Amino acid sequence: MTPAKKYKAIVVGSSAGGLNALKTLIKNLGKNFSIPVIIVQHISADSENYLIHILNDLKCLKVKEADEKEQPQPGYAYVAPPNYHLLIESDQTFTFTVDERVNYARPSIDVLFETAAEAYRDQLIGIILTGANNDGSQGLKKVKELGGMAIVQDPETAEVDSMPRAAIQSCTVDHILSLEEIAAFLNTL
Amino acid sequence: MKKSQDDLLENQVIEIRLLIQAIYEKYGYDFRNYSQAHIKRRVINRLNLSGMANISDMIHEVLINHKFVDQLLMDLSINVTEMFRDPSFYKAVREQVVPVLKTYPFIKIWHAGCSSGEEVYSMAILLREEGLYNRTQIYATDFNPVIIKQAREGIYPINRMKEFTLNYQKAGGKSAFSDYYTANYESAKILDTFKKNIVFATHNLVTDSVFAEVHMVVCRNVLIYFDRNLQDKVVGLFSDSLTGGGVLCLGSKESMQFSGFNHNFESLVKNERIYIKKYHV
Ligand SMILES: C[S@@+](CC[C@H](N)C(=O)[O-])C[C@H]1O[C@@H](n2cnc3c(N)ncnc32)[C@H](O)[C@@H]1O
Repeated sequence: MTPAKKYKAIVVGSSAGGLNALKTLIKNLGKNFSIPVIIVQHISADSENYLIHILNDLKCLKVKEADEKEQPQPGYAYVAPPNYHLLIESDQTFTFTVDERVNYARPSIDVLFETAAEAYRDQLIGIILTGANNDGSQGLKKVKELGGMAIVQDPETAEVDSMPRAAIQSCTVDHILSLEEIAAFLNTL
Repeated sequence: MKKSQDDLLENQVIEIRLLIQAIYEKYGYDFRNYSQAHIKRRVINRLNLSGMANISDMIHEVLINHKFVDQLLMDLSINVTEMFRDPSFYKAVREQVVPVLKTYPFIKIWHAGCSSGEEVYSMAILLREEGLYNRTQIYATDFNPVIIKQAREGIYPINRMKEFTLNYQKAGGKSAFSDYYTANYESAKILDTFKKNIVFATHNLVTDSVFAEVHMVVCRNVLIYFDRNLQDKVVGLFSDSLTGGGVLCLGSKESMQFSGFNHNFESLVKNERIYIKKYHV
């Protein structure tokens, strides 16, 4: 397999400061970026998922809320709906659950990353961005354990640095980069 | 990736399948067509809490230890719920479904997968406010006997009332929410007057059949746990139970697109996943 074809999905977790970070990331990914991006951003239960509108207005990747049993497609970014955990099935489709919050969050980054790691194994890239808690670090560890690639936003460049710092401590990450550098790197894949 | 990791994951898939099969053969609870990612998460969770060495050990425990089965049943039936969850849904019911229901002299409603009852009492309160409760019969079912008992009691932790009140208000509630329960320092009890037209019973959507003809089915956040085949079957069950012109309410992330019965329905409120059963199907 050529490296260019290796990765089938990218999971991204962000929390406090995530809106701006996601905007920068998506803006800097080419319009023809061909690996599906799956995003958990911590949002309140009753938010209208305004994030989707904002990211779509950038006119880069097509951004939509993840739907049940949907298969992620190239050219799209998917956002987890408020108040549901987003999971990836072994057949690489989306499933939801409403069970307890994990790390005070629903959707939780760990839940997405852990299930995505099992579904995609070494064809997955996990990215942890800005945030004020430690959600995502267990998930990122799992991504690494199953052969995927781990990228963390450089805490020095993050709006809130605790989440990236926790992620860096949880496992040996492959790259610690600014948002622009993350996008530039992904564009080379 | 290391071969051992692949092996471990492969073994887990086999072990979980055997565990689910054991529960089915011994107790009749059928999780074979549930979302695998969900089942796996819950089983591994229980494995870690139990201190057992592996899932195969859980299989033996399930067969001999009834307490463990009950525990696992609670794990697999996610009972998380709230009153007036998704206020916009109840608002839509008030504005767009109530006019439909008003045309019936007597209204029968089935809440399937009602968990601990919050959703059912929310509907009862709404119907009371709309002047319909006295001519309504509600069947509230769930496959989990422990949770049905809780639902029947209608007692909830007092610290949840703030959230429920907020939901109630957003849902277009017409009164003070505190009028509907009595409270002490740790719990709130829904008034008995809201219970008199509700029958709580166990019913398993996978293995049990239609038990009544109804004008409305509310089944929210249950189908998300089922695979396509099971979703298809259960939507068929609802279709059979509903009268022509009856209303089907699903959860906000659920749809009928994978069901062969979807041509039996048309959309009433698209964003809220509220459907009407056609008269001629
Ligand atoms: C997440 S709760 C949803 C509660 C409520 N309807 C709501 O939306 O808030 C899911 C419920 O479905 C029930 N359930 C799961 N499988 C079922 C089955 N096969 N038959 C009946 N109920 C089932 C569970 O016991 C649980 O109470």
